[in-house]
Amino acid sequence: MSDTLVEVRDLRMYFPIYKGVLRRKVGEVKAVDDLNFDIKAGETLGLVGESGCGKSTTGRAILRLYDPTSGSVSIDGTDVVQLEGNDLRAQRPQMQMIFQDPQACLNPRMKVADIIAEPLREHSDMSAEQRRERVNELMDAVGLARRFANRYPHEFSGGQRQRIGIARALALNPKFIVCDEPIAALDVSIQAQVVNLLEDLQKELGLTYLFISHDLSMVRHLATRVAVMYLGKIVELAPRADLYNRPKHPYTQALLSAVPTPDPTVEATRKHIILQGDVPSPAKPPKGCNFCTRCPAVMPICKEVEPTFKEHGAGHFAACHLLEQDQSEAGELSQKQAETAETPSQQGETT
Amino acid sequence: MRDTPQPLLDVTALKTVFHTRSGDVHAVNEVSFDIAPGELVGVVGESGSGKSVTMMSLMGLLPKSAEISGGEVLFQGRNVRGMDRNDLLAFRGRDVGVVFQDPMTSLNPVFNVGYQITDRLRKYMGLSRADARKRAAELLALVGIPDPEQRLRDYPHQFSGGMRQRVMIAIALACDPKLLIADEPTTALDVTIQAQILELVRELRQKLDMGIIWITHDLGVVAGIADRVLVMYGGQIVEQGPVAELFANPQHPYTRALLETLPSVTEERSERLRTIEGQPPSLNAAPSSCSFAPRCRHAFDRCLRENPTRIDVGPRHDAACWWDPATGGPRNV
Repeated sequence: MSDTLVEVRDLRMYFPIYKGVLRRKVGEVKAVDDLNFDIKAGETLGLVGESGCGKSTTGRAILRLYDPTSGSVSIDGTDVVQLEGNDLRAQRPQMQMIFQDPQACLNPRMKVADIIAEPLREHSDMSAEQRRERVNELMDAVGLARRFANRYPHEFSGGQRQRIGIARALALNPKFIVCDEPIAALDVSIQAQVVNLLEDLQKELGLTYLFISHDLSMVRHLATRVAVMYLGKIVELAPRADLYNRPKHPYTQALLSAVPTPDPTVEATRKHIILQGDVPSPAKPPKGCNFCTRCPAVMPICKEVEPTFKEHGAGHFAACHLLEQDQSEAGELSQKQAETAETPSQQGETT
Repeated sequence: MRDTPQPLLDVTALKTVFHTRSGDVHAVNEVSFDIAPGELVGVVGESGSGKSVTMMSLMGLLPKSAEISGGEVLFQGRNVRGMDRNDLLAFRGRDVGVVFQDPMTSLNPVFNVGYQITDRLRKYMGLSRADARKRAAELLALVGIPDPEQRLRDYPHQFSGGMRQRVMIAIALACDPKLLIADEPTTALDVTIQAQILELVRELRQKLDMGIIWITHDLGVVAGIADRVLVMYGGQIVEQGPVAELFANPQHPYTRALLETLPSVTEERSERLRTIEGQPPSLNAAPSSCSFAPRCRHAFDRCLRENPTRIDVGPRHDAACWWDPATGGPRNV
């Protein structure tokens, strides 16, 4: 059941900065810096963070839409970072992507049926008749009426366009789909429709999602486990309930407290942690912990030594010096908590 | 709560129509509301619900294709629609401050921030160059920008997104406006930066006495800062009430559905998200029936025949709906 489908190890994605007449390399933007995580088959891993933290770059690097600087990404046992040419192409059908802007990712000059059939033409040797059959199946699956097959993308609303994008992603029966902010461009009433569709498809087809989003409420609804990114690094990764109820990293705590809740009585009493300042540039990350410039609980060590990303309690990973201290002082206690929390919370998630 | 005899802004039956090549679009239909001095009113609705067009209509800031086809806008008792060009410029420049969604496109990239603030101060407040400069630095300090005197020399691109939005707020506050219109001011910002701006607005409200109209699609933001909420759908106000009352006791099926579709960040997930099926209305014609009826779970024959009027449903709380959630049947009106 909980087999690992995607294994990301030491993934780095640096973009070079060139300057001057000779276009000499003067530095690099560390968009993704040393990520390690797994995605289990059939789960949804939520990847949250603010704009520029590298969450989309992570998604694209995993699918080899970028060439990662270093590290490995193994999907179903194959390291896609090492693959080239036809070998990589052969892996494409099992890993697909749903994009944020359904307006931009659909060719305006192609009909819906052709857009959905394009992956089939590229990657399968189906006859035209078989393709038409498959397109109809897919349109049914995502809730688009078959009579729309000959229309163009501009004739659809945002939510329907996102359904077209989903149908295209499903065409080749992928195992793993990266959803890059699939609902960010949609209105609230339409978001719920698309999210429910993604959940239904996951159940029916046994899909595994990497769900990239800045919407922490939606991720709480959708994800099995959640990873929080800040400035190119994952600062915390934990099962959903654990992360939202007992966030360990100060950034996660601030992020969660900053999300406004649609309830005036809760809002009136809720304490917001207001972070000072802005996110530093990923071209010049601070020394030590990336979060040390804004952290409300910053210590001298944070500005010198980078904290290691490791497990603090069952399946709950975080990178923070505060936790190291806690452990050395109250190691026994936290271990006891972890043991008691382990079994019930994990069962609660999977059901 | 507040009971001032004269509202700061009083809008009655405002109608705005866009004339486009593919026919008229009735973007604002008979919208009426008022704002008391010092009150913060949140306006929520999805894209195309008419929230921005309503506010731009009352400022007279519409493109040429739009026409205000009816209604009255009174600002402190003065009729805004009857103002001549000079009065209107002074009204927009001095009496009202506006903060737009995207500070990058609403600040001028070729002038430094100091110029953009002092320009306004000199034009509408008649300050000298030196005084305007001093006041501009005070404004930047007020909105929480460190090193205000230095930063007056900087250009918009030298500020981060959150800081740029602070500059926009400083410009909007320059002439001590009595009304601030904020059109999705935090939508383009990250949540931690949004939290900073919301905190700033809460602080500013303690210091300055001005009415604020806060347009947003985020019900969470409204719950945190507004005194009163207007919910818009299809170019109409479908529900209006004090914030606590409206969230605790929503009366219009659209408001209720919106609140139900939102997952919560503080609570464990429910089984499945409630959805609102269907699409928003097209607005090709002025509404003759309830514009939410095709998507409404509770619609009955009267909803398809007659556009509901706004009915009082509680203390300072009204909803434009023929259906009564208390009885689960039609309202007796």
